[in-house]
Amino acid sequence: MIHPDVWVDDNCATPDKPAGPDGEIRSEKKPRAKVSRRTFLRIVGATGTATLLSRPRQVRAAWNAPRSDETAAMLVDTTRCLGCRVCEVACSRANGLPSPATLGQQSVFEEKRTTDQRAFAVVNRYKNSRNGRAPTFVRTQCMHCVKPACASACPVAALEKTPEGPVVYHADRCLGCRYCMVACPFKIPKFEYEKAIPYIRKCSFCISRLRQGKLPACAEACPARAVRFGKRGDLLEIARTRIYQNPDKYVHHIYGEHEAGGTGWLYISDVPFEQLDFPMDVGTTSYPDLTWPFLSSVPFVLTLWPPLLMGVYAFTKSRQKAAQVETKEEKETRHE
Amino acid sequence: MNEAGKSRGTTGTWIREKLFMGLSWQEYIRGLFTPFGVVAGLILIVGIPVIAYRFAYGLGAATNLSQTYPWGLWIGMDVMCGVALAAGGYVLASTVYIFGLRDYYPVLRPAVLTGFLGYFFVVVGLLVDLGQPWRIPYPVIYSYGVTSVMFLVAWHVFLYLTVQFLEFCPAVFEWLGWKDVRRWAMKLTIGATVFGVILSTLHQSALGALFLMTPTKLHPLWYSPFIPIYFFVSSIIAGLAMVIVETTLSHRIFRDQIDPTRHVNIDSITLGLGKAASVVLFTYFFLKLLGIADGGHWSLLNTPLGNWFLVEMLGFVLLPCFLFAYGVREGNATLVRATAALTVIGIIINRLNVSLIAFNWNVPDRYVPSWMEMVATITIITLGLLTFRWIVNRMPVLHEHPEYPGIH
Repeated sequence: MIHPDVWVDDNCATPDKPAGPDGEIRSEKKPRAKVSRRTFLRIVGATGTATLLSRPRQVRAAWNAPRSDETAAMLVDTTRCLGCRVCEVACSRANGLPSPATLGQQSVFEEKRTTDQRAFAVVNRYKNSRNGRAPTFVRTQCMHCVKPACASACPVAALEKTPEGPVVYHADRCLGCRYCMVACPFKIPKFEYEKAIPYIRKCSFCISRLRQGKLPACAEACPARAVRFGKRGDLLEIARTRIYQNPDKYVHHIYGEHEAGGTGWLYISDVPFEQLDFPMDVGTTSYPDLTWPFLSSVPFVLTLWPPLLMGVYAFTKSRQKAAQVETKEEKETRHE
Repeated sequence: MNEAGKSRGTTGTWIREKLFMGLSWQEYIRGLFTPFGVVAGLILIVGIPVIAYRFAYGLGAATNLSQTYPWGLWIGMDVMCGVALAAGGYVLASTVYIFGLRDYYPVLRPAVLTGFLGYFFVVVGLLVDLGQPWRIPYPVIYSYGVTSVMFLVAWHVFLYLTVQFLEFCPAVFEWLGWKDVRRWAMKLTIGATVFGVILSTLHQSALGALFLMTPTKLHPLWYSPFIPIYFFVSSIIAGLAMVIVETTLSHRIFRDQIDPTRHVNIDSITLGLGKAASVVLFTYFFLKLLGIADGGHWSLLNTPLGNWFLVEMLGFVLLPCFLFAYGVREGNATLVRATAALTVIGIIINRLNVSLIAFNWNVPDRYVPSWMEMVATITIITLGLLTFRWIVNRMPVLHEHPEYPGIH
C-alpha cells in the first residue's frame, strides 16, 4: 500500500522536514498487522525512508509555476538583424567577459561560432536562400526554456528556473558534474575546463539588470530592434502579427513556441530554421517530462520493494525451518 | 574491545599480526616484490602524479573532454561500468539472504567485498572527474536538486556504500576479534540486504535514466524510454558474470586461502550462476528487441552504428546466453567461466556505447580519451585490486574465520 501522503502536495516530505508521515503510517497499520514488531519496524523504517527520498516537489513546482505567458522573454526577428554584433559587445561588458573580436570585421563570420565560457552570445552569418544577396544573421544564446532540461538535471539545484523566467546559475552550489551540459538540447551550458576551480557559464538573461528594472544588455544595445524584450505571451502575439501581416516574407513558424516544450527566446525568420542550424529534432515535449515517468516510479519501488522482499524472506525462512524440523525428525526416527 | 585487548598483547604484535600477516616488516616489504606487486607499483608511480596534475591544472589540461563531450572515459568506464560490475554484491546478497539459496554462501563475502570496493572506487573515480570534488557531499547535506536523476544517483550511491559497508562489517569484526560488535552487525544483515536491493534497483536503473534526457544526442538504437529497465536488468547479468569471474580469479590467485572443502562445490556454484545468467540474458535480449520495435528503428540496423549495435546484441548478449545454457547443460564449468568473461566485456561495451560511442553520434568531432585519462582509470582500477588483495589476505573473506566455524 502506498501512503497517499507521498503524493499529496502539502504534506510532502522534503529533506528539510522529513519527520511527518512516518508516525501516521505506524498508527494506521499497527492494529491489523500480523508481522512481528521488529519486521514491522523495518518495513516502517524503509517506507519512511521511501517517503523521505521521494520527490513530489516536482509536482508542486509544476503546479505553482507561473504561466509561461507571463514570464520574461525575448523575440528575435532575423530579418531585422544587421549582423553588427553590438549585442555581443554589450553582453560581454555586462557579464565582465573578454571583449569579442573587433566589430566590423567580416572575417569573424567565416567560421561558425558557438557560445562558450568567454562569450555567452554569438552572431553567425548564413546565406539567405530566399533573396540570395543579403545574408541572414542569427544570434545564439541560452534559450531560457519554459521547463529547462538543465535545471531539472542539476543534482544540487545550481541551475534554477526563476519565477520571472530567466534560467540562472548559482555558482556556490555547483559540483561540476556537467550533467546540465549532457541534458541541454541546445548545448548551451559551457564549462571552464581550463581552470583548476571550474564553473558552468552561460547567459543569465541579465537577471540582475532585470531586477533593477533595466533591459537585458543585448536588447538595450540592439540598434535595429531585432531583439525585443517582453512577456512571452505578448511576444508570441507580436510574432504572429508580423507573420500574418507579411505572409510572403516570414516562414510560418515561431521557433521556440513549442520546441523542447517552449523556450523563453523566440525566433521568427524569412529562411527555414533548419537552414540556420536550429536544432529541429528537439521535439515538443519538455525535457523534465522525459525523466518524470522514471522519477515518479521511485516512490513505488521504495514502498513496494521492502514488503515484497521481506515477504519472500519470511517465506524462505519458514520453508527452511520446516526443512530443518523434517531432517531432525528423520534423524530421530533413524535413531529409534 | 576489552576482550580483544587481552588476546592482543602489545600494540606491536597486534600490528604485526593484523597488518603484516605475522611477518616482520623486512619480510613483509620483501614479499611485496612479486611480479604483480612491481607492475602495480609502477602503475601507481605514474598514475598518482597524473591524478595530482589533473587537480593542479584542471580537467582541460589532463583530459580530452570538450564542450560537446562533457563526459568521457572517467564517467563511461569508472562510473557506468564500475557500478554495473559492482552489482554482484546485491545480486548475491539477495540470492543468499532473501531467496534463501544457502549453497551460494561461499561466494557471498567476496561478492559483497567486490561490490563495496567497486562502489568505493566509483566514488574515487567521480572525485577525479568532478569539477569541484570537495563539494561531493552537497546533494546530501547542502542543496537538493530533487527533480534530478543525478540527485537520486548521488543519494543512492552514498546510502548503498554505507549499506555495503554494514554488510561486510562481520568480516572486519571477525578479523579484529570484536565478538559483541560482530553479533550486533550480523543482526543488521537482512535489513541491510533488503535496503541494498531497493537502492540497487533504483540507482542501477537511474544510471540509465540519466540518458532519458538525451533523445537527440544518443543514437536511437540505444536511446529508449526503457533504458532504466535495460540498465537494471543488465546489472543483474553483470553481477552474476562478475561473481563467476571474480571467483575464478581469486581461486587461482589466493589458492592458499581456500579451504579444501570449498573447492569441491565451486563448480556447482559456477554452473548455478551461469544458469541464472543465461535466463536473465535472454530476458534482456528480448527487452532490447521490444525497444527497437517500439522505436521502429529496424532500418537503422543496416548502418555502421547499427552493425555495431548488432555486434553488441548478438556477440555479447545472445551468444553468451546460449553458451551459458550449453555449458550448464553439459556441466562444463570452464565454458561457463569463459562465457562469464565474455559477458563482462559485453557489459563494458554496452556502458561505453551508451555514454561515449553512440553518444553524440550525429556530431562531427569524436572524443578519444587522452593518455592521462587512461592512466588515471588504470590507476584507480589498480588501487581497487590492491585494496581487494590487502583485505582478502587479512580478513575472513575466502575462508572461514577459525573462531566462527560452521556459521557459513
